[in-house]
Amino acid sequence: MAALYAGYTLRGLAPAQNRPNSGIQGVEAERDSDHVVVTDSTRCVTLYKVSDQKPLSCWTVKQGHTLTGAAVYNARTQEYVAVSDRKVIRIWKEDDIILDKAFKATVSSDVWRVHCVAGGDPVVLFHRGAVRLLDSLLSAPQQPIEEVLSPEEAISWSTNIVTESQQFVIFTTEQKGDHFLYLQRLNPNSLQRYHLEREEPGLSPLSFSVSYRDKHIRLLYLYPNGHVYESVVSVRAPVPEEGAQALPLPRSLLLSLPVGEGLLQAASAQELDEAHVAVVGVPHPSAGSGKDFLCIWNTNFQTLQAGKEMAGKIYGQLWSFWNKLFIPHGKTFSVIPYDCPKSSLASALGKQRQVKKDESKAPTSVPSWNTLLHEEKAHPSRTAETRKTTAPVEEVQREVQLLLSRTDTQDLQTSVGQLASTLASRSLNDPAFYTPSSLVQLVHTRYLCHSVCPDLVLLALERKDYFLCQLCLQFFPDIPEVVTCACLKVFISMSDVDAAKVNLEPDSVFFMEALIAQEHEAGLNGFSLADEEDRSDNLAEGGATAQRDNEKASAAEQMCPVGLHKAVLLNEILQTAYFDSFLLPHLKDLSSQDVVLFLQYLQFVYLKFSHDACKPTQGLRSPSLTQVMDWMGLLLDAHFTVLVMTPDVKDLLLNLHRFVKSQVRFVSELGKIEGSLQELDKMALKRDVGQYSIEIIELF
Amino acid sequence: MGEFKVHRIRFFDYMPSAIRAMAFSTRTERLALARADGALEIFNFSDNYFQEKVLPGHDGRAVEALCWVGPRLFSAGLNGEITEYDLENLRPRYTVDAYGGPIWTIGVNSQGTLLAVGCEDGTVKMFEVLKERIQFQRNLDRQRGRIISLSWHPSGTLIAAGMMDMIRIFDAETGRATHRLVVDRGAGASKSKEVVVWSIAFLSDYTIISSDSAGKVQIWDGLNGTLIRTHLITKWDVLALSVSQDESSLVAGTSEGTVVQFQFLSSTVDRLDKDWVRTRTFKNHSHDVRALAHTETAVVSGGMDTQLVVRPLLDKVEKNTRESAIRKVSFPHRSLVCCAKKAGVLLFQFPDHLELWRLGESDGYGKPGGSLPVKRGPEKLIQLKRKGEDHICCSALSPCGGWLAYSTVTSFRLYRLLNGSISICKVSKLPKDLRPAHQLCFSTDSSKLFASSSNSSVVVVALNEPECKYLGTLKAKYGCRQPVHLLSASENGKWLATANTDCEVHVYNLDKLKLHCTVPVYGSCPTAMAIHPTTSNLVVVHADQQIFEYSLVKKEYTEWSRRLQKQGLHSLWLERDTPITHVTFNPKNPAHIIVQDLFMFCIIDKSLPLPEAKNVLYNQMTLRSLPEPDRVLHSHGFKICKDFQHLLCVSLLEDHSLVVVERPLLDIVSQLPAPVRQKKFAT
Repeated sequence: MAALYAGYTLRGLAPAQNRPNSGIQGVEAERDSDHVVVTDSTRCVTLYKVSDQKPLSCWTVKQGHTLTGAAVYNARTQEYVAVSDRKVIRIWKEDDIILDKAFKATVSSDVWRVHCVAGGDPVVLFHRGAVRLLDSLLSAPQQPIEEVLSPEEAISWSTNIVTESQQFVIFTTEQKGDHFLYLQRLNPNSLQRYHLEREEPGLSPLSFSVSYRDKHIRLLYLYPNGHVYESVVSVRAPVPEEGAQALPLPRSLLLSLPVGEGLLQAASAQELDEAHVAVVGVPHPSAGSGKDFLCIWNTNFQTLQAGKEMAGKIYGQLWSFWNKLFIPHGKTFSVIPYDCPKSSLASALGKQRQVKKDESKAPTSVPSWNTLLHEEKAHPSRTAETRKTTAPVEEVQREVQLLLSRTDTQDLQTSVGQLASTLASRSLNDPAFYTPSSLVQLVHTRYLCHSVCPDLVLLALERKDYFLCQLCLQFFPDIPEVVTCACLKVFISMSDVDAAKVNLEPDSVFFMEALIAQEHEAGLNGFSLADEEDRSDNLAEGGATAQRDNEKASAAEQMCPVGLHKAVLLNEILQTAYFDSFLLPHLKDLSSQDVVLFLQYLQFVYLKFSHDACKPTQGLRSPSLTQVMDWMGLLLDAHFTVLVMTPDVKDLLLNLHRFVKSQVRFVSELGKIEGSLQELDKMALKRDVGQYSIEIIELF
Repeated sequence: MGEFKVHRIRFFDYMPSAIRAMAFSTRTERLALARADGALEIFNFSDNYFQEKVLPGHDGRAVEALCWVGPRLFSAGLNGEITEYDLENLRPRYTVDAYGGPIWTIGVNSQGTLLAVGCEDGTVKMFEVLKERIQFQRNLDRQRGRIISLSWHPSGTLIAAGMMDMIRIFDAETGRATHRLVVDRGAGASKSKEVVVWSIAFLSDYTIISSDSAGKVQIWDGLNGTLIRTHLITKWDVLALSVSQDESSLVAGTSEGTVVQFQFLSSTVDRLDKDWVRTRTFKNHSHDVRALAHTETAVVSGGMDTQLVVRPLLDKVEKNTRESAIRKVSFPHRSLVCCAKKAGVLLFQFPDHLELWRLGESDGYGKPGGSLPVKRGPEKLIQLKRKGEDHICCSALSPCGGWLAYSTVTSFRLYRLLNGSISICKVSKLPKDLRPAHQLCFSTDSSKLFASSSNSSVVVVALNEPECKYLGTLKAKYGCRQPVHLLSASENGKWLATANTDCEVHVYNLDKLKLHCTVPVYGSCPTAMAIHPTTSNLVVVHADQQIFEYSLVKKEYTEWSRRLQKQGLHSLWLERDTPITHVTFNPKNPAHIIVQDLFMFCIIDKSLPLPEAKNVLYNQMTLRSLPEPDRVLHSHGFKICKDFQHLLCVSLLEDHSLVVVERPLLDIVSQLPAPVRQKKFAT
């Protein structure tokens, strides 16, 4: 599963009040994965060593000049190229200290940007859409530059990519609400123009991101309504004749992000790999409408893979180089390492066991002075979400009622999930606040599962709301073993008196009542499976006293060792899904008294079930015999040495041993029967032909 | 159609011999297979895996390895000899003693000029392959311990040899041993046991693959002599290896009966570095897999359980076609049973003896589906042991039950059976021209014996009481060299049809002792044929399951045959995977042709309509379960009866009762030695 690791600050942002932009004009990759060139929107180009969070050099243009294009690094010549004052191209090396002494050339038309990517030559894109290679431009700086775009058309975004054989400059333009994509090939030069499909009127793409895979250029763009589209352009698409009409560009909807209230203002989507998209400035689906989140979405499974709250204003800028996201927010410019392993369904659902590994693999986070000093300051923003719901309990309950009574269940699932997790987190933070009935209602919708609101079960345990616990255990298919075990611990150590007060689901109580009622009947008849076993075993040994002891013990076994309600809760535990190797370590945390009690209870249930008379009743939810047996085995596995050393448990263990023996005997008897049945089968199937026979056959 | 009395016979204790070695020739698409008794079989993979030729075994010959050099076949065995075979006369051409003790392995370089054999005394001996023979060239450096396996590098400059506990790499030009690769012994108790490198393969990228008795398949760097990877695939021995022609896949056979496939793949799709990855496991054998061949599309395996299994690789063949079906060859594709129709006597041919049985009798009648009380059980009249060390290659019993003939590759014997076939005496005076034969056949009136000999010729001998007289030799006009594997004489004694493995069918006029005609050559080998007693039409069935009827009088295909070809046979018929091994006729109804393969016999009624391709081909068992009116609706010219399985012979006696000889596979399996012990769950 994709993960965002702890980020660190590359630099602070100049405190400019109410400025719409971050003050950063561009971030470009430098020589290796640890260096970036940051161009700010005024006069300054800075080279950073990312892991050290340290600027290595800084170049500034003279006062009165401004940088109008982000500086790029040309790895071939190890030079930096930037544009100042729209027309002046500046080229310098790392040792040049003063920028104004370095090479500069003035060109005849306004430059939009200079692009350079590893493996390609620097390319100059002019405001009017013309493209020149830097080298050829510098050979005659004053050469005339043609106008490609129509007068009202303006470039909104541009990039440059290099494929195996060709270099492309890609830019998008806007003209009266229409958006166009231009694909400029270099060597040989050719230009293709595509028309982007219109989204809802008035919406223009917030951000673009382009990637090249499998001989196709993929353009990813985000609209303010949260739709992320992908358009694919073949690298080898036939070159249309000059002046041809703009081709329509087919698009496919990759994601439809939740927008919260209103449209997105400043947001950006960046493709990370074929299955993952990083989005900034879009609300987290389960954290209200605050838009200050950085999220990684899986486009294959439409799942949210990781999310991080970014403190402060989001400027809708996002860059990604070498598994690091660069994002200006608030007053800081942060670097957030991420990891996108190959996506699989298992990882998309969060079921793959690699969380541990990832944590250990996470890059060593460098403590940032900012967080060290202003930690307290950072915290309040985290709880900003919970501040919003401060309504009293009654009102909440009424609202929930209202929500659930709505007939359109279209997006109930997400809202129920959001609501439940909000309520749970609020209840956890605020000891005075708890809305049991609302939560029960929410759980009853069956839209919830443990992964949606992981705090719910623990909250219920904390508030001793065992009814809610029971419901969660019943309805959540994905309760982790550790939580199951925590529930078990609470249930088993709960006093019967307390348990009796608990209101529980009636069906399960009926079942347990029936089971215990059976107990009395069996007791009257004085017959039990265990008894019979004892007798035969002990007679063989010839121990009369042992027999008496056992009878006493077995009489005691006939009594349910726990109260009715406690038994009902334990039954719920027995029926949850689990994986034994995950459960086993947590089971070891149980105290030995608890284990003995639970074992006794299991033994009791087992005995009941072994009676023919009491099969698990149809229709009622009840643990199956196998579940009981499995739990017994697990408990014994987890606590075997302790149990063996405890003298009080000896009888119990002996009894259990006898069960096993009886089971083994039963199975072996079955085996015998199976053998004879098979023989019967064989006899019926074919008559023995022998070595020779004379038969009559008829052919039709 | 009516009722038949069936003699159902299961006392033919035929036991195939274990498969010991295999060699596949991509050039000719032929698989040579050696069995434990020394017999060799040649299968034509391009012709429905038909068993084209069988070279009978020999007592002293224990073939351990086989090798094709172009079209020539060589074998080497534990008797220390290298043998080249004459595939036209189905006998060894010559043998050369290597003087190195038992030979474990043989290999030819890719140029086909040098044979290398690995001997018990630790030498690899090189023999030069000459046009007519092979000549000892030299020894490579002698090692301590036997050479169990060897493999040439495709360039012909290096030889890798598997030994006890190690692998040696030799420079083929200088004969020096250049590398010594030590193979780990098994863990635990087997630590003290030497590990045997059972099989080895040298790939063109200088990778060496070895398989050994510790259950490992190991991949070595042959240039540096370093181990690259070990795959532990079984607890027992890995006995055989085979690499595909393009070296992208290899298979290893184990003592557990599994065949494990490895493929040379990159771990992810776009990566270039490839690795040998274990991909598939096939379990088609109950016992040791001793021999393997990796053809382009299939894995061919054989071993102790005597079955030859052709397992197509489903990524190489089209799904749900004939090629994608697994094939098991358990029985020879020719008849080992001869039935004297008039006398009711059966002759069973074993490699080392012949058995003569008289059928039992019963009186009374029974209902269809029931069995009759046996009044007199079958009797074994004679068991005749062969003389000499060569195994019996063919035998025949005259229809009257009075003559018995068999042949080995070196001798021919004829016996006279008297007093109801109880007493036997050898006919000592035989014409000189009666040489060892490939196939024998008596005329219907038991007056003549036909014996096929070299170059597709047939010797005709008149059988008379004191002395047999040579009548002449039938020869096809032009130079046919392939052996005749089918002989069929017509009921009236006028015609004799022969078929050879070049797919040629010749018909001779026995009155003139001359070639009468040649049936147009069809692309697939004839597997059975017979001449109709009244119409003199020759019915030929081919390995691709096609049936032809040829009129000997008109010298053309009959009307029915043309109709059959025009309409085409039913796809279910064509998909059967065992060849028809016997054709006979119903004397009561001239329209009936009775054909038989391993799993069914079929009475083809020429008077009924042929089964339509789009309809279901109902067999008798399903027809029986249908109500009466539906039966008529679904009935067609092919009456297929699957009541009897693993049929070795179906014959119609003169009294109109059928003789069915079954050899259930289960009976063979029960006679095999115990397989290696495998831990089964809960035992």
